[in-house]
Amino acid sequence: MSGSNPIDISSLLIASSLVLITLIFSYWQKLKLEKEVLISVIRAVIQLVAVGYVLEYVFGFENPLFTTLLLLFMIFNAAYNAAKRGKTIRIGFAISLLAIAAGAIVTLAILIFSGAIKYEPYQVIPIGGMIISNAMIALGLCYKQISSDFKSRREEVETKLSLGADILPSSIGIIRDSIKTGMMPTIDSAKTLGIVSLPGMMTGLILAGTPPLEAIKYQIMVTFMMMSTTSIASFIACYLSYKSFFNSRKQLISIE
Amino acid sequence: MSLIEFQNVSFVDGDKAILKNISVNIEKGDFISIVGPSGGGKSTFLKLCSHLISPTNGNVVFKGKNYTEYSPMELRKSIAYCFQTPYLFGDTVLENINFPFSIRNEKLDQERVIDIFSMFHMSIDYLDKNTQNLSGGEKQRIALIRSLLFMPEVLLLDEVTSALDAENAKIVENVIASLNGEGVTVLWITHNLEQSRKYANKLLTIEAGEVKSLEVLK
Ligand SMILES: Nc1ncnc2c1ncn2[C@@H]1O[C@H](COP(=O)(O)OP(=O)(O)OP(=O)(O)O)[C@@H](O)[C@H]1O
Ligand SMILES: [Mg+2]
Repeated sequence: MSGSNPIDISSLLIASSLVLITLIFSYWQKLKLEKEVLISVIRAVIQLVAVGYVLEYVFGFENPLFTTLLLLFMIFNAAYNAAKRGKTIRIGFAISLLAIAAGAIVTLAILIFSGAIKYEPYQVIPIGGMIISNAMIALGLCYKQISSDFKSRREEVETKLSLGADILPSSIGIIRDSIKTGMMPTIDSAKTLGIVSLPGMMTGLILAGTPPLEAIKYQIMVTFMMMSTTSIASFIACYLSYKSFFNSRKQLISIE
Repeated sequence: MSLIEFQNVSFVDGDKAILKNISVNIEKGDFISIVGPSGGGKSTFLKLCSHLISPTNGNVVFKGKNYTEYSPMELRKSIAYCFQTPYLFGDTVLENINFPFSIRNEKLDQERVIDIFSMFHMSIDYLDKNTQNLSGGEKQRIALIRSLLFMPEVLLLDEVTSALDAENAKIVENVIASLNGEGVTVLWITHNLEQSRKYANKLLTIEAGEVKSLEVLK
């Protein structure tokens, strides 16, 4: 990446006057958002500066063990957050951990062995972060869908059970729909790439001076890896979590 | 030994007692009509029979062994259950007819399918129809066929003729009576008093979660 022109502090300060526009507008229109806007602006600045320092520090660490630990830390956090969306699911944390880890590891492994990226912190950490957060969002959607489907499609499941079916064939329709729900945002955004949105990563690269054709290569890679990660993670999570809606006598338990 | 035995069965949902201390013996070959006011617990009784729910207290026994000693799937294959509101899944009737075969890892037995459709006076052209375009009565008959493709030992019917016109109700009643003649035990919920006495050998009245009476008719 060449030709990036660093933003100097004075232009950043002038740019921050943009916040004033929001504040004035909020005051004038009595939106009562001033406090929230200020807090969010201050938080954004503090968090980003902190992350900047952390990344600068982390990228300096050439030790692959450290990179691995950081990836694991991200996966744990993502699994914890995803599990909160699926409170009805037994061992939701373990399932989420397995699903996100499998999705991230398979995708990262393919990227690394194909030579698309190197196992170096400045490549693996941002890409890992993108993949892991995508998987986390996909799982949240899967859990929401599967829980509401097992509530609203009781009749369908009990009809199949009453015909003597095991719990998997009785739930397969719900499982498939939940996997689809988890993958849908990724597929939708792939469909509209370049038409509705120039994704953040590509925009960033272009702003930093990377030629658009080069930036596109990255974006294509990112799009494919999002798809593979969400499909792996959604698949694992749904196939492991449907069982928590049944008891040991293969009866559909009632959920509130 | 009775075929199905309810031994002091209670079913509580939350803090609401839906069935209270029920004891009933169902003999092989029985044709039992179940009657009683709405909300009395009749459907819940059948759900317990099909093991879609388990009693909160007491035991349900099949051929001398507690339900819990059987695999739930084997139990439900022997004890077929037709719901009060039939549910057809998938897009076509064929998917519903194929389901009982596919869960047994079998290929669809065309002769059996043709046979059973004609028993219900239905054309097998129905197989290609979309489930959404069927009337309530047609859905109910398809649901019955789906449950009867493999002959069950016990047939649980929850108001299956309520959506049918007189003519079709008659067809269904005849099929059920002839299955009973072949030894299938039938438990059938009905609101139709005349119907309840016509084929049944016993009349079970469930009211407010309790067995009011078990009357022997013939
Ligand atoms: N899954 C459930 N959760 C909570 N309550 C239920 C459930 N199913 C049934 N009930 C309640 O249990 C009681 C008995 O219901 P049930 O469906 O067995 O009655 P029923 O005799 O079949 O009535 P109907 O003739 O109207 O079909 C009712 O008060 C009903 O509201
Ligand atoms: Mg009922």
